Amino acid sequence: MHGIFRLSMVWLVLVLGLWVPAQAAEPIKIGAFVSATGPAAFLGDPELKTLEMYVARINAAGGVLGRPLQLIHYDDGGNASEARNYASRLIRADRVDFIIGGSTTGTTMAAVPMIEQARIPFISMAGAIVITEPVKPWVFKTPQSDRMAAQRILADMQSRGITRVGLLSGTDGFGSSGRAQTLEVAGDFGIEIVADLTYGPQDTDMTAQLTRIRNTAGVEALLNFGFGQGPAIVTRNYAHLGMTLPFYQSHGVASDRFLELAGAAAEGIRLPASPLLVPDDLAEDDPQRPVVQAYKEAFEAQWNMRVSTFGGYAYDALMLAVKAIETAGTTEPGAVRDALEGIRGHVGVTGIYSFSPTDHMGLAVESFRILEVRDGRWVLID
Amino acid sequence: MRHMHSRWGSQISFLSLALVLVALPFVMQNDFHFDIATQIAIIAATVVGLNLLVGFAGQVSLGHAAFFAIGAYSSAILTSRYGFTPLPAMLAGAVGVAVLALILGKPILRLKGHYLSMATLGLGIIIAIIINNEGWLTGGPDGIPVPPLSVFGMELSIFEQYEIAGYTLSGTLLWYILAAGLLLVAVWIAQNLIDSPIGRALRAVHGSEVAARVVGVDTTRYKALVFVISAVYASVMGSFFAHYSGFITPQIASFQHSIELITMVVLGGMASTYGVILGAALLLLLPQLLTDFQDYEMMMFGLILMLTMIFMPKGLLPTFQQILRRALRRSPKTDP
Repeated sequence: MHGIFRLSMVWLVLVLGLWVPAQAAEPIKIGAFVSATGPAAFLGDPELKTLEMYVARINAAGGVLGRPLQLIHYDDGGNASEARNYASRLIRADRVDFIIGGSTTGTTMAAVPMIEQARIPFISMAGAIVITEPVKPWVFKTPQSDRMAAQRILADMQSRGITRVGLLSGTDGFGSSGRAQTLEVAGDFGIEIVADLTYGPQDTDMTAQLTRIRNTAGVEALLNFGFGQGPAIVTRNYAHLGMTLPFYQSHGVASDRFLELAGAAAEGIRLPASPLLVPDDLAEDDPQRPVVQAYKEAFEAQWNMRVSTFGGYAYDALMLAVKAIETAGTTEPGAVRDALEGIRGHVGVTGIYSFSPTDHMGLAVESFRILEVRDGRWVLID
Repeated sequence: MRHMHSRWGSQISFLSLALVLVALPFVMQNDFHFDIATQIAIIAATVVGLNLLVGFAGQVSLGHAAFFAIGAYSSAILTSRYGFTPLPAMLAGAVGVAVLALILGKPILRLKGHYLSMATLGLGIIIAIIINNEGWLTGGPDGIPVPPLSVFGMELSIFEQYEIAGYTLSGTLLWYILAAGLLLVAVWIAQNLIDSPIGRALRAVHGSEVAARVVGVDTTRYKALVFVISAVYASVMGSFFAHYSGFITPQIASFQHSIELITMVVLGGMASTYGVILGAALLLLLPQLLTDFQDYEMMMFGLILMLTMIFMPKGLLPTFQQILRRALRRSPKTDP
């Protein structure tokens, strides 16, 4: 009985906790919702670490407009409904000035209707093209779209004289969106998709699909659009089958983790990626070189883990937000939004951003670098 | 527990719920609180329906999220792609779900035991796969936007202000009133069903199916009926949820979501209509309450569920009621 009493007290305290009003404060409030745990944690974890680290650094250097930044962050666990609720909380309870967030396309899009109606400037860290096309006034994003990844890959194929491609993709959000974009733009590069096969995100063997592609008449290259463990399995199956077709992967596997998982089987694979993977290969006069190297060094020193492309998206989002607020000279949402839309030639980790009223992603196709795996490490090709 | 089902007792409980729902807007401090309260009301109504099946007919559905999702996606797809207005779309979803539940339930509920759990588990997974893979129709894994709810051409958006009879009301408040009303209707229907001959037959089935058959209860028919009713509850609430949140993803059809719904029933108190509302409220509030323990959120969540199950195996509300009754019985003795 006593235990029950104590338990109900715990409940009471927990329930009351929600209603404690937030104290009025002077700091500029940056709200963030990321998938720091759950299936998309490999995206959200480095993103959150990056945001925490750079907010602390900016504050140590005097803040923005003479005011400190306050980071209010929630973990949506990769769940779209929760992401929407946290966006609601950031807007209506925490009353933030700017929102960064949405590690995945699903979590971003679930929050977008609310953010659009509340009129708060928002930068997403997710990939799919639907986020910024059609352009929504308050929604921006830092990663290149999956269409640009497809275009970059197809352009590289075109330059090698490849015209007939076997396409393999996962049935998850990333893979199915990538597949749709590839099918849509392939014609622009004079490339024909001669085989189009898919696999489930939990599948453990893709030999059947690869065999089908290998046996397709006239196929000249293989492209796999996938995320997580799937592409690593495809790569190993590809090696076991002794296939020699030129093999392209998407930016979804552009991490050192993929090299560990795929091992020697990854040799010769090409993919589009952020320059963050090859900081030392960048030309001396490459404007991104100092930014990329500084971010990589700072992140790895602080967290004692390898830097990832996804953390780079968060770095760019935060820096763009700060730049917009500084340019606007105020945190008034409309002014910040206009300042953000007016940013041109901002050098980030992922690429060089130039926003406009018709482009809220701001990157050129060339911001993707084509890398190849040689001797178990990434090498810059183009 | 018998006295709980008396007319008088259930009317008092119903009025208390109505009072709480009316009082809440005066306690809530900002629109976010309204936002969460609205969602709790919608999900609670779903769970009240599920409780009819689990708590009264003794059958477990492990695929209720699928019915919820069919309702939600019917509304999303029919309104955005086929030019339906929200109410007919909602009705179409509910009819579809009713037919599906009947086709599934009729043969399976002839059997005794947990076959319905397995069938609904399978159905849930199939629906989730269809929603994920048929991207041309459902938007695929990335989800699909849903237009705001509108009735006779009047849109109800949470960010608008509305003039009604000289008063200016926010869309947020109107949505809360709508959701609270839905919950009251859901409870009212459920309570009437429980107090009707159908409800008595169901409790007989729950108690002992053989005995029920002996006294002439057509057990299959009643079980199938209540299964269809609880599925339609889920479908209609799914439609409202879709219009309210404005964007849905296949996660609402996931097995995990089905388990969450069942957990609300068990946590709040099986066979207690008001208990499961409490269960829904707690399960939806917990993620918001535990954000300060971000790193330990899942651990805290598990711990709370475990403690509740160990110390309150009947569920929250029935246990509290028991404590209250005992306290009332004891107090007169200590008085003199």
